[in-house]
This record gives sequence, structure tokens and C-alpha cells, in this order.
Amino acid sequence: MAKGYKYFEAVEKHAGKLGILTAIMVSIGGLAEITPLFVEAHAITAVEGVKPYDPLRLAGKDIYVREGCYTCHTQMIRALRAETQRYGHYSISSESVYDRPHQWGSKRTGPDLARVGGKYSDEWQRLHLMDPRAVVQASNMPAYPWLAEEKLDADDISARMRALRRLGDPYSDADISGVPAALEGKTALDALVAYLQGLGVSPMVETAP
Amino acid sequence: MPNTETYNDQIVRLFLLAAAVWGVAGMAIGVFVAAQLAWPALNFDTSWLTFSRLRPNHTFGVIFAFGGSALMGTCYYVVQRTGHTRLALPRLATFTFWGWQLVCVLAMATMPFGITQSKEYAEPEWLIDLLIAAVWVSFGAVFFATLARRRIKHIYVANWYYGAFIIAVALLHIVNNIVIPVSLTKSYPVYSGTVDAMVQWWYGHNAVAFFLTAGFLGMMYYFVPRQAQQPLWSYRFSIVNFWALISVYMWAGSHHLLYTALPDWVQSVGMAFSILLLMPSWGSAANGLFTFNGAWQRVASDPAAKFMVMALVFYAAATTEGSLMAVKTVNSLSHYTDWTVAHVHSGAIGWVAMITIGSLYAMAPRALGRPAMHSKRSMELHFWMHTAGLILYVAAMWTAGVTEGLMWRATDANGALIYPFIDSLIAVRPFYLIRFLGGLLIVGGMIAMAWNLWHTAADARARLIKPIPVPIPEPEPLQVPAPVAARA
Repeated sequence: MAKGYKYFEAVEKHAGKLGILTAIMVSIGGLAEITPLFVEAHAITAVEGVKPYDPLRLAGKDIYVREGCYTCHTQMIRALRAETQRYGHYSISSESVYDRPHQWGSKRTGPDLARVGGKYSDEWQRLHLMDPRAVVQASNMPAYPWLAEEKLDADDISARMRALRRLGDPYSDADISGVPAALEGKTALDALVAYLQGLGVSPMVETAP
Repeated sequence: MPNTETYNDQIVRLFLLAAAVWGVAGMAIGVFVAAQLAWPALNFDTSWLTFSRLRPNHTFGVIFAFGGSALMGTCYYVVQRTGHTRLALPRLATFTFWGWQLVCVLAMATMPFGITQSKEYAEPEWLIDLLIAAVWVSFGAVFFATLARRRIKHIYVANWYYGAFIIAVALLHIVNNIVIPVSLTKSYPVYSGTVDAMVQWWYGHNAVAFFLTAGFLGMMYYFVPRQAQQPLWSYRFSIVNFWALISVYMWAGSHHLLYTALPDWVQSVGMAFSILLLMPSWGSAANGLFTFNGAWQRVASDPAAKFMVMALVFYAAATTEGSLMAVKTVNSLSHYTDWTVAHVHSGAIGWVAMITIGSLYAMAPRALGRPAMHSKRSMELHFWMHTAGLILYVAAMWTAGVTEGLMWRATDANGALIYPFIDSLIAVRPFYLIRFLGGLLIVGGMIAMAWNLWHTAADARARLIKPIPVPIPEPEPLQVPAPVAARA
């Protein structure tokens, strides 16, 4: 038996020690990578012009999240030439500070949407969501016709804004009390279109001095 | 009257049944959503039948419902056999079964209706997450309490992997799902933007590492030597690989975020550790394959062993590919394309599903009190259907992925992009069709397995099985711990 075996034996024959050592070993990597980001996160502030979502766009963002759009669309333009040529300036950290959860995505069955805001008209977006093949013949995106019939619930959105305020998003009382007026007569489709039309339209930071 | 302790195989049988059912269901949903990518009208304009709502049902169904049930069932089987002891805390063990099934049913029943966190591979909302945590802690309690009353002093390596799987998944699940609830059906993560992305991929990557790798390596380290009927090729090597795997994997999650807004140093660290990962990955694959040295004739005659060998080959292949794709240069082409889909499925259908199927075929007759599976021809058929489906699937998605990657970056002599996005979708359409056909073959094989298990379980259904006694060498009064009386 090797000379150092007795140290190893202590682990191999004791379930508790084995478990504790395992827990330590698996924790190191995550701590090393996440802690600095977490600390830094307090230093990352929204770029000037990146404001927390107004009630209609917040409702739209949560519909985007609920429908699972991230399964086919990214919102992350990588710092690569072909990407900035196709989609615009690469995405920066401060643009997604109000996204819970983040919508960077992992798969592009459809194109990136980080800067889709203003690229098409509201009417185009509406038609496209109702029946994608009416405007893009070869598209394989599903149709989302139920969105047009779904009314928005002001109480629900107000509750969401209060929860976000507890997490640090700068909503004022006036913002929250204005929810019913902002959502009056709007549908889920209106909200989603408003959200999409706002993506990436905030003024970009200067990247060079 | 001798007080003989017997193995608790009842709980193992329950998980076996659940794994067979969820396997067919999870993969069938996969085929359905694959069909939707080829024929988008298949959502019938119905919200809960739509791809984006159902894809999480496929991933949750195969990873957590099918994989989770198979892992918990084999874990309970292995920890008893390798420790020569009956499962501890039997009531809690039964709770882990019903609790986990409830988690799976609730998750599958809520996600299509938009009750989702939309965090990839962690979609179920906060109430279900709490239940998952409760079941998981109970699972850990049963496992470690059983280890604590083992009669074999040395803890066999399969249990190391199962233990790491339980501990790490608990940690990942809890940290990734810290949220503030808004209502019973909606919550917001405490993390946002970049931090959320890092936490999410630390979770996502290590769910692959510990759920889909460490757990299934536990299965491999027990059932491969069992099926080869000879000891592991190198025990010491398995231990070295264990520590390397669990410590290196946790660093690699950031390779999912290369060239993004994540700080550059984290990207580089993730890439470097991903390359290091080749060592423990190849190590375990080689250890498993070499265990068949001198017993290769068994592979020709035993379909369960065939599944295991193919699983190990695909484990080596998929991990090599993974490390390669974590290199920035390769990632710039492969990321966001169907190459990623090919990669996860060569890991999932090749490694995870095949080691599971092989282990289930090896375990089922023993747990069901039969000398062998009901039909060996059906097992052979399953093997060839699964392998053919896997190759069709992976080859189609590789081709599609590389096509997309190349078309997205193609520029003409003036430096302008050549293809509008939609052209890449048109180009890969035929491959979506081939992928669908591959998936059909795989589900067909799973149905053959379910049929075979059903017939193998005839005695179990008629309650004719005699519990298997735990081998206890010492005379009865000296046994430590004292035997647990078998329950009727």
C-alpha cells in the first residue's frame, strides 16, 4: 500500500468526510467566478437612457419570457464582425441590468433581437406575431394569435413593479400608480409589440474616448 | 428464526417503472417539437401546444423525469449492493419517489400554460422549486444514512459519484432559483442581466456536469463491471478522475457566454478549464471501455453491454467535442447554431440515454426477480433503432449547425454579408426533417423497452418476488449494524 494511503483511507472509509470534501471541491469554481461579478454588479449602472421598463413594456417583457421566446431568439450581439454587421453594435452589460431573468438566449432558430426595436413597423410586428408566414413566407415561427385576445391585468403588473422595486429597480410611487392608465384597453399583443419596439433603441454608450 | 435483512427493491422497481414511462413521454414530446420546427402549423394556433412553451417540457421530461427517476432508482439499488445493507429511512425513500413524481407532473402540467421562470433547464416556478428542494434533501438523507449503515467499510467509487451528484445538484438548484415571488405563479430572480447569465450558465453547465455526468458515471462504475463480469480496469484511476471532474467542471460554465457582455477574464478562465476537462472525461471513458478488455465476446452476445460500450464511446466523443466548442475560435462559429443541439444530443441520446438503458436492462431482471429480460430480440432491436436514430439525429444537426455558422458569417468581396438570415433557415429545413425521423426511431426503441420491461415485470405485478437477502458473513449476534427485519 502506498505511503500516503492512510490520509486517503480517511476519506474512502468515512461517508461524512467524503461528503464534506466533495462539497468544498464543487464550491470553489462557482465562488471564484460568481462572487466578483456579484460584487461588480453593484458598480454596473444602467447606461444613461436605459430606464426600467414602463408598465406596458414590462408586461410585454414578461409575455416574451412566459412564451419562451428565448428558446429560438437571442438578445446578445457578440463582439464579432459578422454579428455587428448583421445586428448592430455588440451588446454591453449595462443594457440588460433590468432583465430578470436575462434573455441572452442560447439558440438562434430565428435572428437575434437585441436591437430589433424600430427595425419594423408596429403593424409588421403585429401581423408577424399573429401569422409569421403572412409576412415571411419561409418562416418556421409559430403563430401566437391568442395574444390579441388577452387583456392585461393592471393589479398584476403593479404587483410585479413593487416586487422589482424591492429588488432595487428604481420605480417611483407615481410609476406604480400610473399602471392602470398605461394599460387601459391594451392587449398582450400590444404589450409584446411595445417591448420589441423598445429593444436596443436606448442611446449607446461611447466605446472610444 | 433467523433475522435476515433483505434489499429494498420495491422502491427500485417503482423508479424503474417511472423511468420507462417518462422516457417514452419526454422523448415523444421531443419528436413533436422537432416536427414543429419542420412544420410550424403543428401548434394548431394553440398556446400550450406551441414550440416555445413545450420545449421545456421535452428537456425537463428527459433530464429530470426520465434521467432523474433512473438515477434515483439505480442509486438506491447500487448503494444497497455495494454496502451490503438494506436502504435506510424507508418511509423517506418512498416519499422521494412520490415527491419526485409529483414534481415532474406539476412541472409538466404548468410549463405549457406559461407558468415558468424561463431560466433554461430550471423552468418550473418557485413553488415547484421548493418541492424539488425538499425531495432532494430527503434523497440525500436516505443515501447518506444508507452509506452510514453499510457493512463494507470501503465506499465503492460509484457511490462517490452519486454522492457528488446529490450534493452539487442541491447547491446548484438552490443558488440558481433564489427569487422573489410576485404571486403563486410568477417570480423574479434576485439576479439580473450579466450576473443572472453567469449564475444561469454556472447552473446549466453544471446540471450537465453533475446531473447528466457525475450521476450517470455512478451508474457506469457499478453496472459496467457488473455486465463485463470483471473488476474495473483501474480503481485508482477512477478516484483521480473523480476529484478532477468535480473540481474542474464547476469552472467551465462561462464557456456558454464567449464573446458576450460577460467580463473577458471569466470567459478565458471558462475556456481554459474546459480544455482541462478532457482529462477526467477521457479518463472515465477509457476506464469503462478497458473494463471490457478480455470480455469483448460479451458485448457481441449481450445487448445491455452493447448499450454501455456505445454510451462510453459517445461520452468520449461528446466531451471531446464540448471542449473543442469551448475554444473561442470554434465557438464563434458553433454558438447559437444547431451544432450546439447536435452536441447536447450526442451527449444526451448517446451517453446519458444509452448508459441508462444499458443499466436498466442490467438491473431490471435482478430487481424484478427474473433470470433475464423477457425478450432479448427486442433489446437487440432497441439497440439498433436507438443507434440509427442517434446517428441520423446528430449527423443532421451537425450539418445544419455548420451550414448556419458559415452562412451567418459569409461575406462577399466587398465585405458585405451575403445571406439574409432567412436563407440559413431555408438551407437547414431538410435536416430538420432528418432529425425528426431520427427522433422517431429513438422513441420507437423506447416503446420496445417499455413493452419488454412490462413483460419482465409479470412476476412483480403478481407479487411473486422473494426479497433478496443481504449477504452478511458474520454470525447473527455480531452483525454491525444489527439486521433490519424485512417488511412483509
